[in-house]
Amino acid sequence: MRQFLSWGRYPHLPQTPHPINWPEDISRALKMIAISGQGAGLAFGCGRSYGDSCLAESGHVLAMQHMDRVISADWDNGVILAQAGMTLAELIRIALPKGWFLPVSPGTKFVTLGGAVANDVHGKNHHVNGTFGRHVRQLVIQRSDEGVIQCSPFQRPDLFSATVGGLGLTGIILGVEVQLRPINSSQIDQRSYRFGGLDEFFDLSRLHDASNEYAVAWVDCLAIGKQSGRGHYIVGNHSQSGLLEVAKASGLSMPFDPPISLINSASLRIFNTLYYHRQQRKEFNNTVDYDPFFYPLDRLQHWNRIYGRAGFQQYQCVVPESNGREVIGEIMQQIAKSGTGSFLAVLKQCGKLPSPGLMSFPMHGVSLALDFPQRDQVNDRLFKKLDALVHEAGGRLYPAKDAHMSSTHFKQAYPQWESVEALRDPQLLSQFWKRVTQ
Amino acid sequence: MNQNILIVGATSGIAEALARRYAAEGAKLFLVGRNLEKLQTIASDLLARGAMGVQVFVMDANNSDLISAMTDSAWATFGSIDVAVVAHGTLPDQQRAEIDIPYAIAELRTNAESVIACLIALAEKFEIQGSGVIAVIGSVAGDRGRASNYLYGAAKAALDTFASGLRARLFKSGVHVLIVKPGFVATSMTAGLDLPALLTVTPEKVSLDIQRAITKRKNVLYTPWFWSLIMLIIRWLPIAVFKRLKL
Repeated sequence: MRQFLSWGRYPHLPQTPHPINWPEDISRALKMIAISGQGAGLAFGCGRSYGDSCLAESGHVLAMQHMDRVISADWDNGVILAQAGMTLAELIRIALPKGWFLPVSPGTKFVTLGGAVANDVHGKNHHVNGTFGRHVRQLVIQRSDEGVIQCSPFQRPDLFSATVGGLGLTGIILGVEVQLRPINSSQIDQRSYRFGGLDEFFDLSRLHDASNEYAVAWVDCLAIGKQSGRGHYIVGNHSQSGLLEVAKASGLSMPFDPPISLINSASLRIFNTLYYHRQQRKEFNNTVDYDPFFYPLDRLQHWNRIYGRAGFQQYQCVVPESNGREVIGEIMQQIAKSGTGSFLAVLKQCGKLPSPGLMSFPMHGVSLALDFPQRDQVNDRLFKKLDALVHEAGGRLYPAKDAHMSSTHFKQAYPQWESVEALRDPQLLSQFWKRVTQ
Repeated sequence: MNQNILIVGATSGIAEALARRYAAEGAKLFLVGRNLEKLQTIASDLLARGAMGVQVFVMDANNSDLISAMTDSAWATFGSIDVAVVAHGTLPDQQRAEIDIPYAIAELRTNAESVIACLIALAEKFEIQGSGVIAVIGSVAGDRGRASNYLYGAAKAALDTFASGLRARLFKSGVHVLIVKPGFVATSMTAGLDLPALLTVTPEKVSLDIQRAITKRKNVLYTPWFWSLIMLIIRWLPIAVFKRLKL
């Protein structure tokens, strides 16, 4: 049987799937995992968490992807209750023709609803709509000790807030009820600005974030000196009129693992320079389909394979607004100096809206995300420096992306972890949770 | 093209994937299965995915008394049926079937007799209707009895022979019969097996092949296609060789 890895494929801990087609399969699978005596299990959706937060202590996971049915849909109000294994891609396919879209879109549509809740994902509209958890009306959870429970901000609110961003530890999420947002068109009116440095980015962001639902920036993390911090700032809104068309799936796929990473400092420098100069004009308007706007990387299936067998790590941090500008600048300098880094360093100004989740990642401030090919010593050295900067600034790292954060940093950044631990289902435990709490 | 589709064994993995494809085209579906709660969950899902109507009918196909009531109800509900799929079945434990006679007989009943009973009832309706397609899920296991699963294989071989005769009979009435022979498919039926990853496909893929074969009125469908080559070799192996193989 095909085993699962996390998206970054580091740490390399293959997971044995136990397929779940109906809720009744769950207790059976958990019992089998318990009998194996290797530890606790965990629900596994699409495996889009990068590090070890989607890997079970026992190496045995409940494969939830076939729990993907719509339980009820109210198309007048855009409220849908679906089983947690449904992917956002599938949800879009069902809801978009009826004039509804996701309230919050992460960078890939290949995540399950359960995963979106467990990681309380955010997107380019964080400054307007907050995290995914804000739009969840109700959750249905199966716990090994209590059975099936419904929770919401009003019913068992303790369990609800521990489950939103709770990394799948508070029980198996069976159902998710989401409030969708209405759209008139599947197109996005996009505007993109080229900027020469971080200061320019922050000015653009201050000027345009408020009038655009979506805003994000790409930064050349290898540029040094005068060009340091150059990039593109892209904003967009749903078009006011047009067709409601579901995008066709891309046939492109990375078919195999190259023995070594195709991403290295030479290939990156070329790519980043080309990408920066792609747009010659300072400002550029156009209308694009929602799919390339929100999910550009979904176009190449299995893109994670370009990093070779060793895999990669994503480093995503958020630092508070007060000194965000300086800290992000310092972080970028450290990365540029190290000569490593990715072709997609993503910069985003996060908004003030609070999440209902106890362990939600975003905070009012600036978030930076970038990928590093897995190289033990180089990454270790760099991450130590970056962690210190983030930590000192009162920022935090994103568990969904993490394979390295220290227990000390975790506990300080997420002080409410103990409330989640108190509500953890004793039959569920991830490698991540074990690493940072024990 | 708003088709009316009847599916027996509608909670099986392959059937559900196929039902979604028809739902997306705006079909009406008549779903038959043992578990009302599961049928209702699938029904609400299919409606959200575009089905114009879904009716469920609870029945254990091993109870042959209910089968004509089921077909009566289907025709009464939709007036006519364009496609009927018989998809129910189990995967017997071969080793247990070698020593436990009541178990072996019960499994044969479920996988052969009860399917044939449904086909008889459907044939009667379709013959009068004078059009439509009946698809039955067989298996590559029915092509030759292998030591590892010959009880299951024997049941599926019975379906193969029955479908062949039924196809010839109904041909004159304009009704078509398709037998589907899937290889390894990752569904709840095979969940306990350690299937070879490279040869195993999803029910979504298999259901696409089935829908196309129904539209094209294929007689026999191996899905995925490479199983037709594998089974060609397996069928042609001389007995003297075949009996020595661990297959």
